[in-house]
Amino acid sequence: MVQQYEFKAKWLPYLLVLPQMVIVFVFFFWPSLQGLWQSFFLQDPFGGQVIFVGLENYVRLFTDPAYSYGESFGVSVAFAVCVAGLSMILALFLATQTNKKIRFASFYKTMMIWPYAVATMVAGVLWLFMFNPNVGVVAWFLKNRFGIEWQHLLNSGQAFLLVTLAASWKQISYNFVFFLAGLQSVPVDFIEAAAIDGAGPMRRFWKIIFPLLSPTTFYLLVMNLVYGFFETFPIIHQVTAGGPGKSTSILVYKVWRDGVINLDLGGSSAQSVILMIMVIGLTVVQFRFIERRVHY
Amino acid sequence: MKRFLLASLALVMIAGSAFAAPITIDFWHAMTGKNGDTVQAICDKFNASQSDYKVVPVYKGSYSDTMNAGIAAFRAKSAPAIIQVYEVGTATMMAAKGAVKPVYQLMKETRQKFDPKIYIPTITSYYSTSKGEMLSLPFNSSTSVMYYNKDAFRKAGLDPEKPPVTWPEFFEVAKKLKASGMEGGFSTNWISWIQLENFSAWHNQPFGTKSNGFDGLDTELVFNTPLVQRHLETIYQLSLDKTFIYGGRENKANPLFSSGQVGMHFESIGGYANFKNTCKFDFGVARLPYYPDVAGAPQNSIIGGASLWVFNGKSKDEYKGVASFFSFLSTPEIQAFWHQNTGYLPITTAAYELTKSQGFYEKNPGPEVAIKQLLNKAPTKNSMGIRFGNFNIIREIEDQTWEDILAGKISVKAGLDRMVREGNAKLRDFERLNK
Repeated sequence: MVQQYEFKAKWLPYLLVLPQMVIVFVFFFWPSLQGLWQSFFLQDPFGGQVIFVGLENYVRLFTDPAYSYGESFGVSVAFAVCVAGLSMILALFLATQTNKKIRFASFYKTMMIWPYAVATMVAGVLWLFMFNPNVGVVAWFLKNRFGIEWQHLLNSGQAFLLVTLAASWKQISYNFVFFLAGLQSVPVDFIEAAAIDGAGPMRRFWKIIFPLLSPTTFYLLVMNLVYGFFETFPIIHQVTAGGPGKSTSILVYKVWRDGVINLDLGGSSAQSVILMIMVIGLTVVQFRFIERRVHY
Repeated sequence: MKRFLLASLALVMIAGSAFAAPITIDFWHAMTGKNGDTVQAICDKFNASQSDYKVVPVYKGSYSDTMNAGIAAFRAKSAPAIIQVYEVGTATMMAAKGAVKPVYQLMKETRQKFDPKIYIPTITSYYSTSKGEMLSLPFNSSTSVMYYNKDAFRKAGLDPEKPPVTWPEFFEVAKKLKASGMEGGFSTNWISWIQLENFSAWHNQPFGTKSNGFDGLDTELVFNTPLVQRHLETIYQLSLDKTFIYGGRENKANPLFSSGQVGMHFESIGGYANFKNTCKFDFGVARLPYYPDVAGAPQNSIIGGASLWVFNGKSKDEYKGVASFFSFLSTPEIQAFWHQNTGYLPITTAAYELTKSQGFYEKNPGPEVAIKQLLNKAPTKNSMGIRFGNFNIIREIEDQTWEDILAGKISVKAGLDRMVREGNAKLRDFERLNK
């Protein structure tokens, strides 16, 4: 018989969650409300002049060619999908390889996790050094061995490729750890039974292991999309600064640039409200649909 | 016993007021490395020179970080007395009603001896009203110059003591350098500041209407002229065979020059010390080239860098301290010290003369080229400076469009028109907000 305690005082639970609520209010609700409020105004940075403009800041995001918000939106989606896809595929491949009975497996595993300890900003600098069109090792190699002119400062395709590679490289370790844990929890009996029935390694992977990994995969998909959308700011900032032109100016970079550097508080607030709605949407998707539908 | 305590308390209070702690004056800046050390050294000198005030320099990060910190502090009513703001923030600071105290007013109110004529006009004009009233004190000022690799000149059979003077000569030299086996001929930093703003001033052409924005917020960009188009068109054509190499925005093209890949390069004179450390070859500094068919060219170049602004709402005593600190900063000795240690330009003619008499330019000819270029002629309404709101966004639009031009996505003419059109929209936004 399990004994259940019940608190008599009604206010006690509220008191206990109060510290947490204060933190959430001060660091989340208050700034969010401020952002929402500011998005309806044009104002000079010092707050001396404030003009109410209603939804104009939002309308202009989509109509003013200098904002090119739609373009930035498209770039962000493409970037997040590419980063999520590339880093997950590579991480899954690496995890399946190290999960085999090979020598130095634990050494490989440790090595795979290392890049995660590298700060995102530093990851950006590393890739930038290698691909610097003038002094980078890889750029030099591409030019002299393959005749490929590496100039991501002007070639928007190359710039996109470079930030995608840098952001994916950083994320592979994270995905690797989760995939490896997922693989290790796949019951060996299933795989052995399938092997006895004559299923080859590929078939075993796709019919047994991959479906059993699906909770991990879906979790990682959401996490990677969030990473691609919101946490890759340092890489963009370091490697391309949104260029060439506006070709790698993703939403989080743009909101910072317009608000902090260009001091366009109204426009920047409107952008951050849109970003907030996106995050809320992604969270709802994760909790409502994915977590229920995934076969455990 | 009680009486004794009271007496000693009274004594302490009297002593306390007699040896009052100096009034602290906060000074937020964005100088790092050697420049930051020099700021500290100057403040230490000031604090040692008198006992009434104590200037406390605080490093607040990059220029934009510092400005944002100042804005946030002002909104929270805890602004510092002095803040260093970069030149693109000038119009924003000016328009900030009630936030700043103009320097000329500060000097008048505190009855500080102040003679605007001791300053170099091209430098102070950037931070003054069109009537000549100084709004902020120029602090670290630089201008753009041409750097050239003397060793590469020798190798290409060119005279290293005769750098090209006009743009047509310049482009010929660039082709010869490239033909001599270099990776490219030339590169440039700061496309807007050097190749558009300084280019316009140097040719005495308007960059914007209303004296480049000095005479009113209803200013408009007008640099999409045949002259600018010809200039950028030539650079674009030369980029096709890599006679011109693009190295990135801001000052990111520097490694192209210091690693010897290009023979000529445009950069701020503020980068002189850096090149002295990084270049393993003999290099020279020359004036910006000009097109000889433009009447009145060369005029004078304009400055970049930052100035010191004073926040409003401080006490009278603090303002007295700020005023005496500004006077101290303007003395020839301190200016010469700053100039020789950082490479930034002196803001007074006396400091220039002092540095000259100390023989500094014999070992460092570069900075003098820059000063002479600034002093070339008395500034006109096209060469006093640039006073635009939302200037950072405008420069960003120019950077982005220049990259699109070089990538062949847009023609030079259409690109210039886009810079002007989108830039003007940003000027209108600023006008609407600050009318």
